Amino acid sequence: MSINLLALIGAMLTIATPLVWAGIGELIVEKTGILNLGIEGTMYLGAFIGFLVALRSGSPWLGLIAAIVSGVAAGLLMGLFTVTLGLNQHVSGLGLTLLLIAACEFTFRLLYAGERPTLSGKFETLMPGVSVLNQHWLTYVGFLVLAPVAWWVLRSTGMGYRLHAVGENFEAADVAGISVTATRYVALMVGGALMAIGGAFLTLSVLGSFTLDIINGRGWVCIALVIFAKWRVWPAVFGALVFAVTDALQLQLAITTAFTSIPRELMLALPYLAVITALAIWGRKVRYPGSYLQAYRRG
Amino acid sequence: MRLVLRGHQPRWLTPVAVLVAVLATVALTAIPIRLAGANPPAAFERYLVTPLSSTAGLYEVMLTATPLLFTGIAVAIAFRVGYWNIGAEGQFLAGAVATTAVALAMPDLSAPLALPLGFLAGAAGGLAWAVLPAWLKKRADIDEVVTTLLLNPVALLVVQGLLNGPWRNTSSGFTDSDRFGAGYDLPALVPGTRVHWGFGLAVIVIIVAGVVLSKTAVGVQIRAAGQAPRAAAFSGIPVHQLRWRCALVSGAIAGLGGSSQVMGVQHQLTQGISNNYGYTGVIVATLGLLSAVGVFLVAVLLGDISVGAQNVSLVLQVPTQLGAIFSALLMLMVLAAMSLRRYRVQWPARHRRTPAPSGVGGS
Repeated sequence: MSINLLALIGAMLTIATPLVWAGIGELIVEKTGILNLGIEGTMYLGAFIGFLVALRSGSPWLGLIAAIVSGVAAGLLMGLFTVTLGLNQHVSGLGLTLLLIAACEFTFRLLYAGERPTLSGKFETLMPGVSVLNQHWLTYVGFLVLAPVAWWVLRSTGMGYRLHAVGENFEAADVAGISVTATRYVALMVGGALMAIGGAFLTLSVLGSFTLDIINGRGWVCIALVIFAKWRVWPAVFGALVFAVTDALQLQLAITTAFTSIPRELMLALPYLAVITALAIWGRKVRYPGSYLQAYRRG
Repeated sequence: MRLVLRGHQPRWLTPVAVLVAVLATVALTAIPIRLAGANPPAAFERYLVTPLSSTAGLYEVMLTATPLLFTGIAVAIAFRVGYWNIGAEGQFLAGAVATTAVALAMPDLSAPLALPLGFLAGAAGGLAWAVLPAWLKKRADIDEVVTTLLLNPVALLVVQGLLNGPWRNTSSGFTDSDRFGAGYDLPALVPGTRVHWGFGLAVIVIIVAGVVLSKTAVGVQIRAAGQAPRAAAFSGIPVHQLRWRCALVSGAIAGLGGSSQVMGVQHQLTQGISNNYGYTGVIVATLGLLSAVGVFLVAVLLGDISVGAQNVSLVLQVPTQLGAIFSALLMLMVLAAMSLRRYRVQWPARHRRTPAPSGVGGS
């Protein structure tokens, strides 16, 4: 049995990319005390809208921009439910996910019933022929720009301070002159955009096509990663890599003769089980943000 | 114009809010219907009225509502006690798998043995799938939302793995299990129709759950543990133990739903055995206000829309997903309208500087 280590690392980075984008998006939102279970639907929406616009216009760039806009809209909608109306966050988020997925499937069926359209021009990898480094630009940006910037913004800037203040104690934040509503809306819109980019990466960079099970629980994985990381950026990136290496390993093992007797589905389930195990080990007695799951009402 | 909190809520407000929510949902779903090239009023008649206007249609609605009755009451019980079980999807599948295991292992059992055994296996399967998240919650306070959610795709992979491997159909070679022995066929509830005893069992489960939740001391404790866990614990209610038990009961009921679907409808395990029933169960429970009667009514309503959606997709070529759009939108609209009940519109010209009434905290 031999495992191609370089190919494994390369696959790991690609698989981790959507989790890094969407996971950091969820982290930013949760920093303000909002659990966005709409993540699965927002990633789905980003994947679908990105694909649709890229297909129609022929440009993956336009697709990506459209995906970002759709993600911001999904964030706004989540804000309307949980911030403005103060509805239960679990139920609103899950409802949003169900609504967005159903709406995308509806549109896909309506436009392409029985067809399997593929993009004529998708994003190509940057360094063909060089293993490991031959990645999509969204992968490079995700690891080398987004993660450090998110870490720096959350740690050292006024914006990061405001997110943290609202998440920990919104009454105190309000008294200190920070608008709870505005902060949460901004976080939801930025987070929604990042989630949508994570979804669009799958259609615009990796596959070049759209399938109905495209996200397949990746959003739920991101939620687990954020808790596992205790709302810190680098541990979340590390968690994404752990998930991805399990997934990449199952891809490698599936083509290794020694492991053909093990059902492929068991291997596919491994990353989910790995995340649950990681949560069980490092996610104990986690201290949640002080205003987690709560709507803010003045007075 | 601005919104201010109401001093008190008049009685007519709730029905009006629900009506407004329904109208808003209908108006919003008219857009995709229009995009699909159908006439919204005609389509809505088919979604809502046509299935209920004939006895054959009514039986179809009962059949379609059956899995939602199970998952809806399962989710409602968990939510009541403050345990956010979003894993009814996986528990439903686990129940179906467990029932299939029994049916394939002992294909020749006769009905009086086979049916109880099948249901027992289903309940055990659903319960088993609910154990890990509930245990992690109880032992280490690990968020059940995440763990129950993550086990859903795993359950689907288990189904697919079994159907691609050991349970692949021996005669056709398709990825469906073999047909169960005749003993495992749930008899028809109404002779000559497809409505099976799964519906009857679901109604019994809902009645029992309704009585326990609203008429017994345990029900009061469950409600207290869900609404004010700290106060409940302070007054001596074993909150964690109640959550643990309700989580397992919830999983077992969702599992029964899986058994009912394999033994009553498909008579074999298929990949699409759960048509999002677990997730839709969250909508059913929420719209049904976590009450037994509410769950029953909403499950029948969504069954109605689902049957209608099949009809509309055949006749008017509107994709069936419109049913899912409608139910998700309806839940969000009703919740939004209920929340807006607390406010009234204030026109600035007439009342200036009315002191805002205090009170009403967030939910």
